[in-house]
Amino acid sequence: MTTEEMLFQYCLRMGDTHNVFAHRMGEWCTNGHILEEDIAMTNIALDHIGSARAWLMYGGEVEGKGRTEDDLAYHRDERAYVNMLISELPNGNFADTIARNFMFDAFSLLYYTELANSSNETLAGIAQKVIKEARYHLKHSSNWMVRLGDGTEESNQKLQAAIEEVWLFTGNMFEMDEIDQNLADAGIGVDCAKIKDQWMSMVMKTVTDAKVTIPENKYMLSGSKKGIHTEALGHMLAEMQSLARAYPDAKW
Amino acid sequence: MSVDNNQGELWEVFIQSKNNLPYKHFGSVHATDKEMALQNARDLYTRRGEGRGIWVVPSQYIVASDPAENEAFFDPSEDKIYRHPTFYAMPEGSKNI
Repeated sequence: MTTEEMLFQYCLRMGDTHNVFAHRMGEWCTNGHILEEDIAMTNIALDHIGSARAWLMYGGEVEGKGRTEDDLAYHRDERAYVNMLISELPNGNFADTIARNFMFDAFSLLYYTELANSSNETLAGIAQKVIKEARYHLKHSSNWMVRLGDGTEESNQKLQAAIEEVWLFTGNMFEMDEIDQNLADAGIGVDCAKIKDQWMSMVMKTVTDAKVTIPENKYMLSGSKKGIHTEALGHMLAEMQSLARAYPDAKW
Repeated sequence: MSVDNNQGELWEVFIQSKNNLPYKHFGSVHATDKEMALQNARDLYTRRGEGRGIWVVPSQYIVASDPAENEAFFDPSEDKIYRHPTFYAMPEGSKNI
């Protein structure tokens, strides 16, 4: 595999992750518990769309086959999607969404802080923009973690259940395959194994403040880098891609 | 603070559009605590680059004049045009006093 081919895959992984995450957050539109939160969540969705566009646009350039960000987002099937599993998890109740977002947001802030040092100028540029958004997303999700966990007995129980649900998808964020390792060694990508300890201490701090616990179970699900997903992704893509596929040249 | 409905308390939002300009009232948001009030204000009122600063204040702490007392409050100033600075010559080049 050439560096370009590896870089293309790398762009797809992050681009798909943000795109799928954006769609999940977009699903909250009109479903927030108050108008303000509805707008907060759709704002977050739009930040992720912006990140997805940046990654996929650059991915298309690196691939060099003339595919646009839309081609990559809307004309690839489930098995070709390489988003992190955590991004595709259904929204569930509000606590499920907050726990999922928090685990990812903490990762995202650390990841992009590292990526800002990339020797690849485009990736470093993407990172500098996304860091600010990630910092805000983390503020949003970690504040809600504490509000829910340290709220009522019911909200605490729901958050605890949500954390247990999402936990086995967190290991996937830090997985390094050959592509990741090669790009990290070349100073282009991030060595995610190196940010895991920091992530864990961020998680532990918030979880403690929120009066919940992380599961002792160490088993983690894997597969996203090979296009193996939970059953939730296919349904989501079918809906997300239906318009672009029914009207391939649709314009605003 | 008691929460009578599940939307939280009402907070008034003031935005500063640029450094050094005064904060202006923009609207209100619901929130259950000050952090949430600030974030909701940010999400609702600064999405299009409107602000560089935000204040939020619980609406209950805003003391408002009573519209029924408007005559007593405001009418006495109506015949005192000499209080307007229109009797001064503007220094050349300045736009505001």
